[in-house]
Amino acid sequence: MSALTTDAPRKPTGGRRKSKVGWNLLGLLVFVVVGFPLYWMLDTAFKPAKDAIDPDPSLLPTGITLDNFRRALDIADFWGPVGRSLIVSLSVVVIGVIVGLLAALAISRFAFRGRKIVIVGILAVQMVPLVSMIIPVFLLLNDLDQYDKLSGLVITYLTFILPFTVWTLRGFIVNIPKELEEAAMVDGCSRTGAFIRVVFPLLAPGMVATSVYGFIQAWNEYLYALMLLSQEHQTATVWLGNFTTKHGTEYAPMMAGATMMAVPIVVLFLIVQRKMAAGLTAGAVKG
Amino acid sequence: MSADTTTPAKVPPPRQAPPPGVPHAPRRKRTSRGTGVPWLLLAPCLLILALVMGYPLVRLVTLSFQSFGQSQLWGFKPAEWVGFDNFSGILGDGEFWGVVVRTIVFAAGSVIFTMVAGMALALLQQKVSGWLKTLINIVLVASWGMPVIVATTVFKWLFDTDYGVFNALLSKLPGVDMVGHNWFASGPQGLLVIMLLVVWGAVPFVVITLSAGLTQVPQELEEAARLDGAGAWGVFRYVTLPILKPIIVMLTTLSVIWDMGVFPQVFVMRGGHPEADFQLLSTYSYDRAFVVNDYGQGSAIALVTVVLLLGVVAVYMRQMLQIGEVE
Repeated sequence: MSALTTDAPRKPTGGRRKSKVGWNLLGLLVFVVVGFPLYWMLDTAFKPAKDAIDPDPSLLPTGITLDNFRRALDIADFWGPVGRSLIVSLSVVVIGVIVGLLAALAISRFAFRGRKIVIVGILAVQMVPLVSMIIPVFLLLNDLDQYDKLSGLVITYLTFILPFTVWTLRGFIVNIPKELEEAAMVDGCSRTGAFIRVVFPLLAPGMVATSVYGFIQAWNEYLYALMLLSQEHQTATVWLGNFTTKHGTEYAPMMAGATMMAVPIVVLFLIVQRKMAAGLTAGAVKG
Repeated sequence: MSADTTTPAKVPPPRQAPPPGVPHAPRRKRTSRGTGVPWLLLAPCLLILALVMGYPLVRLVTLSFQSFGQSQLWGFKPAEWVGFDNFSGILGDGEFWGVVVRTIVFAAGSVIFTMVAGMALALLQQKVSGWLKTLINIVLVASWGMPVIVATTVFKWLFDTDYGVFNALLSKLPGVDMVGHNWFASGPQGLLVIMLLVVWGAVPFVVITLSAGLTQVPQELEEAARLDGAGAWGVFRYVTLPILKPIIVMLTTLSVIWDMGVFPQVFVMRGGHPEADFQLLSTYSYDRAFVVNDYGQGSAIALVTVVLLLGVVAVYMRQMLQIGEVE
């Protein structure tokens, strides 16, 4: 990517260096503006609470304390919601990846009548705004006696995790040459054997990335968690949402809560993002 | 994917597998088993989607033509068919049209803002030094990964009336006094803040996807254009943009769909009870159903939203299928 700018031999070096400084200054500004909300969250979370409520706050850290975190854990039960979020997200991911892998194999490695319709269907499902489905889903779970149950939330989350998983895994599978499988089969492997010994190891990194990404999506979901579970069974996102509606919000502990919710997820995301971006856009531009 | 895998399916392959050792064995084997196996593999996925997506979708349509309230929810009374009553109810309501216009303006503003900022940042990423590029990337990915609820909470704090750092910073500018300014006193200003939040969360995906696309723009083409006398804008307009078009179409359609469905940002920002001039189609439908307990009208509003989006979805699907064809 950098080759584009460094290799272009069209301007004298002095001018180019000067323009690079200009671009870098602009880049720094972007860095500060985009990063500021994150910085301010962390800054407020570790600030003594009395410094946080200052009409003219100091932009630099004023001292480090963990009081806000203690307070955040006191205000409402934190580990219960986190545990429930973990159960839901992990179940969704395990089911989603297994079921999704089978479906992805079907549409990427088999030629069959109706394949195109299935692909269109899966893509279309992904496009239905989840918000508009909340009423019938609520009524459905109510009828199935799954309202206010984690299992109900799990099957609901599968609606948005599955299409995404199928589509992404499909992207990873089509990038594995069929010839590898065929070579294994010529050497005497069965089709299943060829898949397990040849395709699966190549697919594993993509599957891990897809799982982590799906986990993050399930973890971050708010609307369905709010609607389908009662207060006493709330998940982590709803826990933080509740915070904000409390009368006379305590902002510093709230930012501590936000930090606890965000940091693990952001770290996970930073780890898998590169792999995902490659999978999501593979073949999107072909000149 | 490619033509050679799809064409054999049209010619029914021989039923029995050829004897082992025949040179073409692997290829034949694949197509001959290709009828039942894929459906078997697809079955669990399709079953789950039919239950949690197909059925509710049908139910959404039927509900929009029924009178469905609290007593139907508890099963005291059966749902009653009321024809187009729900639709004539909402379409005849001035408030509904206000909500539709507000939603479209909000979504259009967010999408344009996101795409323009995303494009500008992706191009900027190519100009800055390597270390800065890495730094910007880290910040972008971190804000992309932020749970929406966390981001909303943080923005609420940034724009707080009394202690928000944004007011404090603005007031440092000469001649500006924003101390104690309530950004959420009126709908338009409050929605502007919410738009900023939505854009902040959406830009990273756009920048990173466009950056990946930009690396695939052949350098020779840009140089050729430059030799022919094209300026920076000309190169962008006639070389870069056409090549990126598939990605841009995909990103724009996705953004439209996402921004038309913005919910938690408004809901949490307004403490669970958005005021009338903050209502978007998503929150309005939610309100009708779960606050007013009119599930029929709520569904009708959701259905109108889906119908409004159908055109956009069609464009997106065409683009995605074209991408699939190329592979």
